[in-house]
Amino acid sequence: MNDTSPPVKLNAPLDASPNAISARGLVKSFGDVRAVDGIDLDVPRGIIFAVLGPNGAGKTTLMRMLATLTRPDAGSASVMGHDLMTAPHAVRTAIAMTGQFASLDEDLTGRENLVLLARLWGFRGRAAKARADDLLTAFDLSHAATKQVKDYSGGMRRRLDIAASLIVTPGVLFLDEPTTGLDPKARKDVWAMIRGLADSGVTILLTTQYLEEADQLAARIAVIDHGKKIAEGTSRELKAATGSGFLHVATADPARLDEAAGILEQRLGHRASRSTEGAELSILAGTAKDANEALAALVGQGIELSDFSMGQPSLDEVFFALTGQPGADAGRKEATL
Amino acid sequence: MSDTSQLQKLPKVTRPATPSALSNALVFGWRAVLKFKHVPEQLFDLVMTPIMFTLLFTFVFGGALAGSPSDYLQFFLPGILVQTVVFNAVYSGMGLSTDLGKGLFDRFRSLPIWPLAPFAGLMVGDILRHLIAGTIILTIGLILGYRPEAGLFGIIAAFAMLIAIGFGMGWIFIVLGLLIRTPTTVMTLGFTFLFPLVFASNIMVDPATMPDWLRAFVDVNPVSLMTSAIRGLMGGGVNLGEVVLALIAPVVLTAVLAPTTLWLYLRR
Ligand SMILES: Nc1ncnc2c1ncn2[C@@H]1O[C@H](COP(=O)(O)OP(=O)(O)OP(=O)(O)O)[C@@H](O)[C@H]1O
Ligand SMILES: [Mg+2]
Repeated sequence: MNDTSPPVKLNAPLDASPNAISARGLVKSFGDVRAVDGIDLDVPRGIIFAVLGPNGAGKTTLMRMLATLTRPDAGSASVMGHDLMTAPHAVRTAIAMTGQFASLDEDLTGRENLVLLARLWGFRGRAAKARADDLLTAFDLSHAATKQVKDYSGGMRRRLDIAASLIVTPGVLFLDEPTTGLDPKARKDVWAMIRGLADSGVTILLTTQYLEEADQLAARIAVIDHGKKIAEGTSRELKAATGSGFLHVATADPARLDEAAGILEQRLGHRASRSTEGAELSILAGTAKDANEALAALVGQGIELSDFSMGQPSLDEVFFALTGQPGADAGRKEATL
Repeated sequence: MSDTSQLQKLPKVTRPATPSALSNALVFGWRAVLKFKHVPEQLFDLVMTPIMFTLLFTFVFGGALAGSPSDYLQFFLPGILVQTVVFNAVYSGMGLSTDLGKGLFDRFRSLPIWPLAPFAGLMVGDILRHLIAGTIILTIGLILGYRPEAGLFGIIAAFAMLIAIGFGMGWIFIVLGLLIRTPTTVMTLGFTFLFPLVFASNIMVDPATMPDWLRAFVDVNPVSLMTSAIRGLMGGGVNLGEVVLALIAPVVLTAVLAPTTLWLYLRR
């Protein structure tokens, strides 16, 4: 592969394809594991596109292939009009990636990290420093500019890592699990940041294990599991496939959980599933009224409830609805809204 | 929150003129210099062992090995410089392994830059390390009474040779750093490989007293060849043949391992 080919200009005519990313039949195996097993993907320009899947689904591998970090075993793809296999250097001029794990130099300060990258992109002297300072301000990190990154909090690190991908405004920004490990406030901040970027015209491909994240941010969602795409659509389409009103119930006496399941199934006409921990039931309940009546029936039978809530399906339940099997190991705790 | 409003104001920034490969490499060199600024304690690792070796061998074994500590120091100091540079290379492999483990190089690999630039930067860092550690050891030697008979030019030539040695040996550990994701394993492997090379050499003792089979090895050990050349350069009386012999290993290592490094790094 000719990695040292001269960079292609961003605005070359090649760049005119309607999709930011277009992939066909991507495959990548590690030994016996088919991490990505024949994925097609079309990401229109200017949208936020989420790849949703449990641990080990192949999200990172898919993204690394598209970002020229891993070579596909089979398949083809173009990113911003550049062919992934024959013109990886041109692809690199048009993308930026923030990986699942921080790709920063912990020993350097936040500003030094950004100045380093700005210089690598070709900003000189003062221009590189100015670019770094602009980004530090935009990402609310000016106060920590001269601190070593090893002293940053998780949220600050994530912001700096994303800022590091924006030295030059990329055509496509890859974000691998941008909010995993962040507290709710930091997560909301990163979401706001991602929306702001999308508004300024950057195409964003992000991966996530959280249904809510995909739901909140993405115009389109692809669900992948075991290296295969099992569904794709808008959040509304995916939920319609699953049903949106889920009733979650916990009985005060765990021994009566089965009895409660029977009553709910009879009332609501759907199958109840137990949470992974086995202490809770989830069942599709068409409307709030149906759910209310079902709860009343439980109380009528003298079954005391320790907790109940109405909510969105968990990732587990989306998987269940899409595949007929529980998701590989999508824990309800993480996935519930 | 403030981020969003400010981000929406972030103007679209296009790429400035493509920088040259040299400019890319210099940026990584700058990174190596910054590392010295922020992690000065790395120098401690580099110079403590050679300082202890110098003191221990000179004062404890020196009299027995060479008649007097001062005579031994005259023999030993050029050798300890070689040992320092060779061991230094291990630390640079560890640094690379650490960087790779953290995904930092993934970012570098996804940038449209000269692919070898990060390694050129590592080399700049290594050369600085060799120079700093070498200077500290030499200074201590001078304080203890070492006399470089070939004078300042001898020292400059010896340091140039040390850098060439460090550059060549550096590739071994860059390759190990690329292959092994645990920095401590890189270190253990590195020292396991280097200890026999350094001890079964003419750094500490004259091989004349060794059994024949061992001397046969010591005489062709690249570390011995390097040490002989450095001794000649610093003490006077070096000949071209010695310099050429000393440079064989660094040149061969570079010729074989630089392309290997590139291949390993770009393999994906
Ligand atoms: N470098 C590698 N060597 C061997 N196996 C790998 C490698 N990278 C990924 N795999 C395997 O490929 C599969 C998919 O991994 P991948 O990291 O793409 O999943 P993921 O969806 O990103 O998971 P997570 O949510 O945990 O990040 C897993 O079974 C993983 O063990
Ligand atoms: Mg992943």
